[in-house]
Amino acid sequence: MRNVFLFIRRYFNFLFFLLLQAFCIYLITHYNKYHSAVGAATMNEITGGINTQYNKIDYYLQLKKTNEQLIKDNEQLRNSLAQNFENPDTVNKVVTDSIPFDTLGNRRKWLYQRAKVVSNSVTTQSNFIVLGRGAGQQLNKDEGVIDPNNGVVGIVTDVSPNFAVVMSLLHKDSRISGILKNDPSGGGSIVWDGKEPNYLSFLNVRKSAKAKKGDTVITSGITPTFPYGMVIGTIDQITPDKSTNNFIIKLKTAANFYNLQYVYSIKNFQKTEINQLLEKAKSRINN
Amino acid sequence: MSTLVKNIIRFVLLILVQFFVLDKIHLHQMVTPYVYFLFIVWMPFKLSRTWQMLLAFALGFTLDSFRHQPGFHASACVLIAYLRPFIINILIPQEGADANYEEPSVRSMGGFFQYMIYIGIVTLIHHTWLFLLEAWEFGNIWYFLVKTILSTAISLLLILVAEALFARKQKFKTNTA
Repeated sequence: MRNVFLFIRRYFNFLFFLLLQAFCIYLITHYNKYHSAVGAATMNEITGGINTQYNKIDYYLQLKKTNEQLIKDNEQLRNSLAQNFENPDTVNKVVTDSIPFDTLGNRRKWLYQRAKVVSNSVTTQSNFIVLGRGAGQQLNKDEGVIDPNNGVVGIVTDVSPNFAVVMSLLHKDSRISGILKNDPSGGGSIVWDGKEPNYLSFLNVRKSAKAKKGDTVITSGITPTFPYGMVIGTIDQITPDKSTNNFIIKLKTAANFYNLQYVYSIKNFQKTEINQLLEKAKSRINN
Repeated sequence: MSTLVKNIIRFVLLILVQFFVLDKIHLHQMVTPYVYFLFIVWMPFKLSRTWQMLLAFALGFTLDSFRHQPGFHASACVLIAYLRPFIINILIPQEGADANYEEPSVRSMGGFFQYMIYIGIVTLIHHTWLFLLEAWEFGNIWYFLVKTILSTAISLLLILVAEALFARKQKFKTNTA
């Protein structure tokens, strides 16, 4: 024991130096993403090799269980196939590809395309979401974007070959129209006041509309961006405006903008035609 | 002015100059001049080595906190503070010069050449270790080498300018005093 103390006293400076350096390295790896990633990668190289070997044995021992699971899955899939074949009307097939016509010749109007959220922000006044899907993957400007639970997220404002920028609902210039689900005659426009993420303002709702706390607000379907019935949010707070005939409504968004991971963009195949028609009408009136 | 006050002012000024002036100048992606460690270079001889390392850590950590990347500069500073006494011991020529003078300078190190070597070694070690930590794995050895050498050269130049601008008067202390 005495020797240990002697050793420490003799080499105190060096030990102290090592201690400080160790603390620095800890700080570097703990607070800098790149360095911790590199450190983790090195560790992964070592542990991964061992894990692979272990997994080989483990996998072999569990083959029986895996097989049972596969059979169960196959059974389920077979059953769902049988349900499809029950239907004698073979033209009533579900079409899942992106061709704008189904087998009956009906025009497809809406097409949902999944996309991964690459980056997202909620903290600024103008929040944008970047999607990992772009013009090269059939995603175009001005398409609506919803989350997996049909909650409205925003509208695509720019596309590059592989990425798309979505103007989030949490953007000061974002403006979409919505209606009350219980009372479709009560409609208005939805904006963000830039104060609180996940809370929106629902403007221009007449006082005669039957609105109460907890009611759902959905997209109206009158714009070519969103189909009818996509959930925008639920009423969180409702106060009558004394000076006008409108309510002041605060909405809680249906989509949680803090943890968006996957979203769906909604393509409207009729939009180009509608826009062309509108342009034509406008130019005729102007002339 | 007492040594303590002088060093506190030096600490604050060097950090401010480093972060608000030198870090804002983007000379070239290869060149990042650092002069803030002059605080360590100019630390008094008689300060104990533990204190030298602690102060160096504080200096580096302060700059790191400004840059929101804790660890890098603290580590480099602690390294040069640890190695500083060895370098001084090798370079200082006359017996007892470190007792007669307060801190390293051209006079106390016994000539411009020795002092330059001292600064040069300290700067080189600091930069090498710093860029090594920043590169972490030896991905691109040439980039690292060129960056270290160029930055060291520019830093040395700036240190010489600083030395010329703010001449430090070194009193000769006798042992009897």
